[in-house]
Amino acid sequence: MAPAATLFAADDPDAVILQADGDWLVATATALDCELRALNLPQGRHVTVDLGRVERLDTAGAWLVLRTEHALEVRGNRVEIANLRPNLKPLLEQVRVTGHVEPLPHPVPPHHTLAGFVARIGEITVRVMHRGYMILGFFGMVSITLARLLAHPSRLRRTATLVQMERTGLDAMPITGLLVFLIGVVIAYQGADQLRRFGAEIYNVNLLGVGVLRELGVLMASIVIAGRSGSAFTAEIGTMTVNEEIDALRTLGLDPIEVLVLPRLLGLVLTLPLLVFFVDLMGILGGALMCWAALDITPQMFLNQLQSAVSGWTMWIGVIKAPFFAAIIAMVGCYEGFNVTRSAESVGRLTTQSVVEAIFLVIVADAAFSIAFSVLGI
Amino acid sequence: MADDPVIRVHGLVNRFGAQTIHDGVDLEVERGEVIGIVGGSGTGKSVLLRTIVGLNHPAAGSIEVLGRDMLHASDDERREVEQRWGVLFQDGALFSSLTVAQNIEVPIKEHLNMPLRLMDEIAATKVGLVRLPESAADKFPSQLSGGMRKRAGLARALALDPEILFLDEPTAGLDPIAAADFDQLIRDLQGSLGLTVVVVTHDLDSLFAICDRVAVLVDKRLKVDTLAHHLQDDHPWIHAYFHGPRGRAAMAAETRREGAGAAPGSH
Repeated sequence: MAPAATLFAADDPDAVILQADGDWLVATATALDCELRALNLPQGRHVTVDLGRVERLDTAGAWLVLRTEHALEVRGNRVEIANLRPNLKPLLEQVRVTGHVEPLPHPVPPHHTLAGFVARIGEITVRVMHRGYMILGFFGMVSITLARLLAHPSRLRRTATLVQMERTGLDAMPITGLLVFLIGVVIAYQGADQLRRFGAEIYNVNLLGVGVLRELGVLMASIVIAGRSGSAFTAEIGTMTVNEEIDALRTLGLDPIEVLVLPRLLGLVLTLPLLVFFVDLMGILGGALMCWAALDITPQMFLNQLQSAVSGWTMWIGVIKAPFFAAIIAMVGCYEGFNVTRSAESVGRLTTQSVVEAIFLVIVADAAFSIAFSVLGI
Repeated sequence: MADDPVIRVHGLVNRFGAQTIHDGVDLEVERGEVIGIVGGSGTGKSVLLRTIVGLNHPAAGSIEVLGRDMLHASDDERREVEQRWGVLFQDGALFSSLTVAQNIEVPIKEHLNMPLRLMDEIAATKVGLVRLPESAADKFPSQLSGGMRKRAGLARALALDPEILFLDEPTAGLDPIAAADFDQLIRDLQGSLGLTVVVVTHDLDSLFAICDRVAVLVDKRLKVDTLAHHLQDDHPWIHAYFHGPRGRAAMAAETRREGAGAAPGSH
């Protein structure tokens, strides 16, 4: 075993000798670095760096030797590297030729200052506005393609559209149905607790009917679909972008919007209302079962009360919103897919972003619908 | 000890499902040599490399690296050997969320307790060593060209000054000039750092330029020999490989190069 790396500075009036010993390797570099920095380097003298006893040397060790040499030269010393074993010479020369004397300093992250913080807010604002502008542009492009399709309906990709309807609608029925069923159970249970105090248990049916049919059914379905299908749209189209498949489509004279976006958009717009109708039923079913179990409201009583509490419009208001939400989810999902750059990492990032954006926009749109309906007095 | 092979693979068998990829592969790599692994597409060159570095568990056989039985080593023993080799994957496999300098610092940070400043200095040395411009150190992998990413990957593989370097298709996807530069770089580093290099390649030019011996994967086994002997081999695939039009062109280029290099020295 070689002795540990050491350094010994012999001082005599004429010349300074730095005597290095042991292994100068990356594993011992930390200790050597400390020693070298602690060394009070002389000025204007002749310095000999004696490497005769260095057994092993690697690039880290070679770098330390050269750094020391450089530091000494800067202070006006004449430096001589002596007694290096011949088999280690090429390494030292290699590092000397290619090494950078001063490493680049780590850049200070700009957002750590107040000005940087403000600049960041501005930057994000501009980015969000730009993003909105781009999505609007994409919406326009899809609309034009859709209009062209209406003029030539035979160009609709029927198989692709049906496949999308199956994937986004049929396959989503169990999960969305179960979810809204449970929401119905929860609302009925919580409502029962509150309304029992006033002896108004029967109005639980009204709460349930209006809540699920108008808002919760369509919102829950849209949120689940945004997470389930919106993300899939981004990931599918994004992966195709990474593989240059989108470019291949274009060079083959096919319009990616027509081939990829329209089937997804139409498929989702057609299926989400149906899915909403289904989850509405499941939600009411869950609530009815809970009312029966917790409040002794029989299904017969439940239906009678429901009939007086809600009109046909109540359900339609929920279902009418569905195609709009579907369009938002499909547009955002496809748009973010096309935004993928040619790295796999951006697929993941944009998929997350597409889900967040879609859910955000769906809820904003829902709020807008609420205002519109209240103005219209529905 | 010094004469023991650095890598010793014996009777290696790899199977995927019912398909046998390797059936009794033997390989011994001596210290300080550059060995090239070649073979047709789908013969499992990369699988062999991945098996040696422990990313793939073989169905049978033994693998010894630096005198240690890798298939039966404890985790600590494995880690100790892993610090003594570096692997360059096909596209560099740089961590995309880190800059080049940070990529190089990952193994140093993990294995050594080193002050930040020294780590930066060593990272900068490696950046220079693989002949990347200084400015590349603070760039992210996505901002680099394919050739630069490979160099950066090489710098990371060299971070801990390993004894063995594994290269998976180092010149694939590079233009001929960049590929020749990369070959030269590997040859230079191998000479000055005393590396043992195992390189999987399709590139006949780099095979002629950097390899001391060549291991050909044919019939699920390895035939290891010097290039000169492989050229005499009458196995149909080996013959077609070295004597096809590309093989002949690469050989002619190498002969020219050697002729040009030898001329001044012969006087």
